[in-house]
Amino acid sequence: MSTAQKNIFLLLIVFLLAAAPFFLHRSAEFAGADDQAEDTITQIRPDYEPWFKPVWEPPSGEVESFLFAAQAAIGSGIVCYFLGYSKGKKQREQK
Amino acid sequence: MFRRITILGMYIVLAMAVLPQPAYAMHIAEGFLPFNWAAFWFVVVLPFWFWGLRSIQQTVKSNPGLKMLLGLAGAYAFVLSALKIPSVTGSCSHPTGVGLGAILFGPSAMSILGGIVLLFQALLLAHGGLSTLGANTFSMAVVGPFVSYGLYRLVRRLNGSMPVAVFLAATLGDLMTYITTSLQLALAFPAQPGGVLASMLKFMGIFAVTQIPLAISEGILTVIVFNLLATYNKNELLELSILDDNKALVVGGRNQQHIR
Repeated sequence: MSTAQKNIFLLLIVFLLAAAPFFLHRSAEFAGADDQAEDTITQIRPDYEPWFKPVWEPPSGEVESFLFAAQAAIGSGIVCYFLGYSKGKKQREQK
Repeated sequence: MFRRITILGMYIVLAMAVLPQPAYAMHIAEGFLPFNWAAFWFVVVLPFWFWGLRSIQQTVKSNPGLKMLLGLAGAYAFVLSALKIPSVTGSCSHPTGVGLGAILFGPSAMSILGGIVLLFQALLLAHGGLSTLGANTFSMAVVGPFVSYGLYRLVRRLNGSMPVAVFLAATLGDLMTYITTSLQLALAFPAQPGGVLASMLKFMGIFAVTQIPLAISEGILTVIVFNLLATYNKNELLELSILDDNKALVVGGRNQQHIR
């Protein structure tokens, strides 16, 4: 198997792992684990009040999605640029 | 060596001074760690930040060409931390992405790179927090990378193949991050009957179980990136003494002289 084939196969596994929950739990809410942690803290110590608020909160779920997407895009951009650059460099060296 | 131990000892004493008397995720949300605990974890993580800065300086000075690879390690953590992936338990979480950098550059550098990712998320996404930055950095950017790095070295020393080493390192590093987070929360919020242990099991039930398929995904993704790096960036990896053409001791790269 070439590197590319191996990688595609691995990516497929990742995709299946991410997609499987939707089939296993048709009606689950898929809330973030952070929220669940906050609930548990309130269970353990009902009188606990957070003593610090976030400096800034995204005004809506849409804005939050945008920021997460932007973060992923910037990171991916850097990763893929580097990998593409390296591949090009190698091909040039081999010529 | 002795100097390091002394300084480390001093920091532990300082940290214990801030330690509160026992009273009784993903990342810990803003304000959800009592002040004393939040401060404690900042004190604990501070030496790692200094160490990380020095490590990055050394790496860049000894080989400026590695700057791009360093950027890659940081960007990889950046991407993976942004991915909210559903899990078989019915909730979502994020992978950490710090395993790659830990294997490439050693765990100390990741305290800085991971810290930057966490800072970004705390400021712009209200995810994690500034008060909890110390604690979250410790779990994600210190414990995780150290476990990843240690596991990678161990598997390689046992003559495990590169993909297996990378996979185990990244997967278990990810899991240890969340187990550490569970511990941090349990220490701050011990359950009334059962104490810290009962709390920790509760939090682990939330974080750690959800995290298992994500940790596996992270392990696989890290292997993929490693495959690509091994194909197209052999020179850099050789410089970091990760790959070597013969099994003899490889000198150079960083202060380790052994096969990595």
